[in-house]
Amino acid sequence: MPDELFLAMRQSIIDGVPDRARELAQQWLADGVDPLEAVNFGFAVGIKFAGDQFGCGEMFLPDLLASAEAMKAAIKVLEPEMLKRGSQREALGKIVLGTARGDIHDIGKNLVATILSASGFQIFDLGTSVTPEAFVAKVKEVDADIVGVSALLTTTMAGQKAVIEALDRNGLRPRVKAIIGGAAVSSKWAAEIGADGFSRNAIDALELAKNLMGKGTASA
Amino acid sequence: MRPRTQLLSGDLIGRILREAFELLMSPGVRVGSAEVVELLQAAGVEVTDGVARLPETLVRKSLASAPRDFYLYNRRGEKAVHYGGDDVHFDPGSCCVQMLDPETLEARPSETRDLVRIVQVAETLPQFAAQSTAVVCNDAPSLIGDLYRLLVVLQHSDKPVVTGSFSAAGLQGMIDLLVADSGSAEKLRREPRAVFDVCPSPPLNWSEFGSHNLLDLAHAGVPAEIVAVPLAGGTAPVTLAGSVTQHAAEVLAGITLHQLAGAGSPVVWGGAPAIFDMRTGGAPMGAVETAMLNMACAEVGKHLGLPTHGYLVATDSKFVDAQAGAESARSAMLGALAGINMISGAGMIESLACHSVEKLVMDAEWIASAQRLARGIEVRGDDVSGASLATAMFAQTGLSGEFLKLKETRALFRQEQYLPSAVIDRSARGSEPPTDIFARARTRVDELASAYRKPSLAEDVLRKFQAIVEREADRAGVVAELPGN
Ligand code: B1M
Repeated sequence: MPDELFLAMRQSIIDGVPDRARELAQQWLADGVDPLEAVNFGFAVGIKFAGDQFGCGEMFLPDLLASAEAMKAAIKVLEPEMLKRGSQREALGKIVLGTARGDIHDIGKNLVATILSASGFQIFDLGTSVTPEAFVAKVKEVDADIVGVSALLTTTMAGQKAVIEALDRNGLRPRVKAIIGGAAVSSKWAAEIGADGFSRNAIDALELAKNLMGKGTASA
Repeated sequence: MRPRTQLLSGDLIGRILREAFELLMSPGVRVGSAEVVELLQAAGVEVTDGVARLPETLVRKSLASAPRDFYLYNRRGEKAVHYGGDDVHFDPGSCCVQMLDPETLEARPSETRDLVRIVQVAETLPQFAAQSTAVVCNDAPSLIGDLYRLLVVLQHSDKPVVTGSFSAAGLQGMIDLLVADSGSAEKLRREPRAVFDVCPSPPLNWSEFGSHNLLDLAHAGVPAEIVAVPLAGGTAPVTLAGSVTQHAAEVLAGITLHQLAGAGSPVVWGGAPAIFDMRTGGAPMGAVETAMLNMACAEVGKHLGLPTHGYLVATDSKFVDAQAGAESARSAMLGALAGINMISGAGMIESLACHSVEKLVMDAEWIASAQRLARGIEVRGDDVSGASLATAMFAQTGLSGEFLKLKETRALFRQEQYLPSAVIDRSARGSEPPTDIFARARTRVDELASAYRKPSLAEDVLRKFQAIVEREADRAGVVAELPGN
């Protein structure tokens, strides 16, 4: 019964049990049905629910991370078959993320990465203290839609500006959008350096990224 | 008897240290700079793929060369802060990027005038044994922001300073400012005016920035305060005992690097350990578990006989409200009872991101109460009333109850009671409507700022400051001048 199976898939993600998610994905493939359906009606519904629950404070970070792990486990099983059928799930967009040069703070950036990736964005996380050149190289390599630069220090905010300038120099904008965040930065700073968006927290970052991709609730 | 808290048993401290030494061997410690790798290899340490394995014997040797205590001096050359034993001092929290505007109650980017006002207030309050480079001056070029903050504090204060640099390259200019202020590098080494916070990056990572700062401080003989920041559950084990163990390993590794670079140079077993907020990923500085971590980490440092530091008296509230008061007062008490030598954090709201000078004067009240509590119940008055607690006084009053008239009362009440400033409301209701604490704190800030007198610095010191600022601005490719008043 697909309905029951879909419910079980959702639940495996909400409960954050990768083994269970993997098992359900394998079961689905054994039945020879389009894997994209399992994603769209089963697993993805679970991760959306988890994300929403986290957003309203009902679920906690360890729960959300477990859900994300379970999602990864299911996708890993389904992906080869999706590729074979050409029914690849469409990512919401590709985002290159990193902390500005000279800055080693990464907790906030990691949280943003978790939320965005759990919600269907493909994330390329370059880690901490990333040079503008490294951002540009990665953007070209993966043909990214959005670049996200986090900075927690007043001294490294300049690194966000440097990334935007480097994108400009390489003719990558306005096609590639630039978003920024971090404790020291503000919407005023974002406007000053010509960023396409700023967010105060990870949940808002998701909304922002969706809007920039034309897929947000505000622009829907 | 001085009241003391003890969260860890002797056995548990032993276990924490045993496991911390194990961690230093496996998984080892990430080290980010070639210079540090060289230093470690010269000491016979195995470093593979940027990970060093520090053997217990080497770490113990470093512990043995680290001083048990040291002093910070004020500009007059007097000992003003004793890092060691159970002495407890407080300084305002350091390095906020925002300032709470008392008019609008909004956080806005902090500026030079904010730092000056904080320094003025902290200068006049005896509760603060040291100043700190409390906020970043967003009106100055950010690339030399660390140097600029220290300059503003040196221009406006005679007290010792708790500070820190934002990059590997930023430190030298700051040390040069202190040398100019002291008169010579030798004098600064002998009578240090400042201590520098240096953070490892959890877990077990001495980044290029942090390790360079440690080495440069050790070479200059300027005290380093190792501020390890394990966040329990996020960047460290979720258990408090597990996070204390990681903290110990991170500080032990730091002390080893530091003492290898300059044996005998002063170093502090410090930290800003906190729990990890499972909803936001933040570091809740006002949580009781955060206070417990600070207390426990200090206990381990004390067990090793080292000077200690912690981050308390701060709040996660965005306002100076009841939450701010409760969290800050509670942790001031706990820190004092733990005998932590330097407790940073007063004035801070919003998890160390924002400062409020009104909160600073309120915190001064909690601090004074905590200092009172830490003195405990003393038997005194033997000289006034003879060897008795109460009978000698009763011999004078009988059952009349006229204690107010006793010479003992007049002689001793100032020692027995902490007499709060007008920030604390103990008044009887009168004809004027009562005010709330924030309004009283604003008045107090104004009073303290007008009572403040700026120190006068010698012309040649100011000239040296100017030259250092110009040099560093040049290096950073920015234009900067000496801050005005
Ligand atoms: C791309 O799009 C986006 C969109 C949204 C984005 C985004 C990107 N990035 C973030 N967001 C947003 O969404 C996130 C999730 O909701 C949020 O991310 P946040 O990062 O803001 O929030 C996190 C979930 C939780 N918050 C945090 O993780 C930061 C907390 C505080 C306390 C903090 C921490 C924990 C640390 N620190 Co640092 N630290 C402080 C911080 C004070 C504060 N309250 O911000 C701050 C930022 N640090 C400061 C300092 C001074 C320093 N720190 C340092 C080091 C560290 C630790 C390593 C100890 C640790 C970081 C561990 C790690 N792995 O990240 C040093 C810096 C070294 C360097 N070169 O980078 C050092 C220089 C200290 C020293 N002397 O060694 C201060 C800033 C000073 C300044 N000039 O700007 C500071 C305000 C604290 C203080 N008062 O001292 C939003 O901002």
